[in-house]
Amino acid sequence: MDYTADHLACARGDRMVIAELSFHLAPGRALILRGPNGSGKTTLLRCLAGLTPPMAGRTSFAPEEVAYAAHADGLKAQMSVEETLHFWAQVFGASQIAPAITGFDLGPLMSRRVHTLSAGQKRRLSLSRLVLTGRRLWALDEPTVSLDSRAVAQFAAAVTAHLAGGGAAIIATHIDLGLTGADQLDIAPFRASAQTDTDPFLDEALQ
Amino acid sequence: MIALLRRDLILAIRAGGGFGLGLAFFLILCVLVPFGVGPAPATLAKIAPGILWVGALLACLLSLDRIFQLDAEDGTLDLLATSPLPLEGITSVKALAHWLTTGLPLTLAAAPLGLLLNLPPQATPWLVAGLALGTPALSVIGTFGAALTVGLKRGGLLISLLVLPLYMPTLLFGAEAARRGAEGLNATTPLLLMAGITAGTIALMPFASAAALRMNLR
Repeated sequence: MDYTADHLACARGDRMVIAELSFHLAPGRALILRGPNGSGKTTLLRCLAGLTPPMAGRTSFAPEEVAYAAHADGLKAQMSVEETLHFWAQVFGASQIAPAITGFDLGPLMSRRVHTLSAGQKRRLSLSRLVLTGRRLWALDEPTVSLDSRAVAQFAAAVTAHLAGGGAAIIATHIDLGLTGADQLDIAPFRASAQTDTDPFLDEALQ
Repeated sequence: MIALLRRDLILAIRAGGGFGLGLAFFLILCVLVPFGVGPAPATLAKIAPGILWVGALLACLLSLDRIFQLDAEDGTLDLLATSPLPLEGITSVKALAHWLTTGLPLTLAAAPLGLLLNLPPQATPWLVAGLALGTPALSVIGTFGAALTVGLKRGGLLISLLVLPLYMPTLLFGAEAARRGAEGLNATTPLLLMAGITAGTIALMPFASAAALRMNLR
C-alpha cells in the first residue's frame, strides 16, 4: 500500500504552519524533507505521527502505522541501555530486542546506564527504538544529530534495510544520507501564508 | 502498561527520583508540629487528625509536577503518545505509580507518626483506613492537574492552585472520619462518602487527564 497525503494542513499550537501539502510515497522508498529552519518539518512529522491532528486534508495511513523519532532522545538517565530497550519492546509489543542491538551496534553498551553514554551513543539508542516498533513508516526528525560519520553510515544502512523490507521513511535532514531510492521534497513552498494564520474576526475588528 | 508502571517505579526509587520527597516532608511536619504547638498533649490530641491529613495532602502535592514534566522535557511523553498504549491507560498508570510512591508510604507511616502527635489510639484505624481510601483520589486528581500544566515551565504553583479545591472533599471527609474516631464515634459515613469520591475520580479522571494531555501535546 502506498503512503499518500492529500492537501494536508498542519498547525503548531494555534498557528497554521503548513498548507496544501501533498506527497506520494511507495513502499521501499524514502522521502527526504528539505527546508530551512522553521519551515515546518517538525510540524509536518508530528502531524503525521498523530501528535497534532491535521487542520485540513487527509492521509492514506493511520498514525498507528508511523514510528516517530523526535529531536529529543526520550531516554532516562537512570536506566541502563538494556532496561530501556526492554521497556520500549514491551510498550510496542516486540518479542525480542536483538534486531535493535545488532542494527545499531549497541552490544558493548548493554549494561551501561544512559547517563554514562555520549551524545552520539544516546542518539543510536534512541534510533534503535524504531526497529522495535515494528511499524512500516518511519518519520524521522533530524535523526543524524550528534552522530559521527561511522554511525551515520550505520544508520543509513538501517534505513536501507528497513526500506528493503518493504517499509518506507520520511526523513527531515540537512545532510546527504546516500540512500538509494530517495525522493526529495522541499517543503518551503507549502508554508502557510500570513493570511491563513491571522484571525479573520480579529482582522475585521482592527480595520 | 505493566512495563510503564515498572519503569516509573524504578525511576522513582533510583537516584534523582521523587520517592522519598513526600514521605520526608510528612515526617518532618509531624515531628515539628509538637514543638511548634508546645507541651500540651490535650491540644495536640485535638488537632492531630487535621495535622496528619493536611500533612498527607501537602506531601502528595509536592511531587505532582514530576508526574509528566520529566517525561515531557526529555521527549518520552511524545513517544509514549505515539505508542500503542492508550493515553487513558498511560494517565491511569502514572496515577497508580504516583500513589504507590507517595500515597501508600504516607498511609503506612501515618500510624507511627500519629503516636508523635498524641493521636488517640482509637482514631488510628480510622485515620489509616481514611488515608488508604482517600490518597488514591489525591493521586488521580493530581495527575489531572499535572496533565493540564505539562507544557508549562515551573507549573508546580499552578498545579497547586488548580488541584487544591478538588482536594477539599477528600480532606474534609478524611479529617472528619479521623476526628470521629478520636471521639470514639462511628466514622463509617464520612469514610463511605470519601470512598465514593475516590471511586468516582478513579473512573472519570483518567479520561480528563488524557484529554488535557492531548491538548497540550499539540
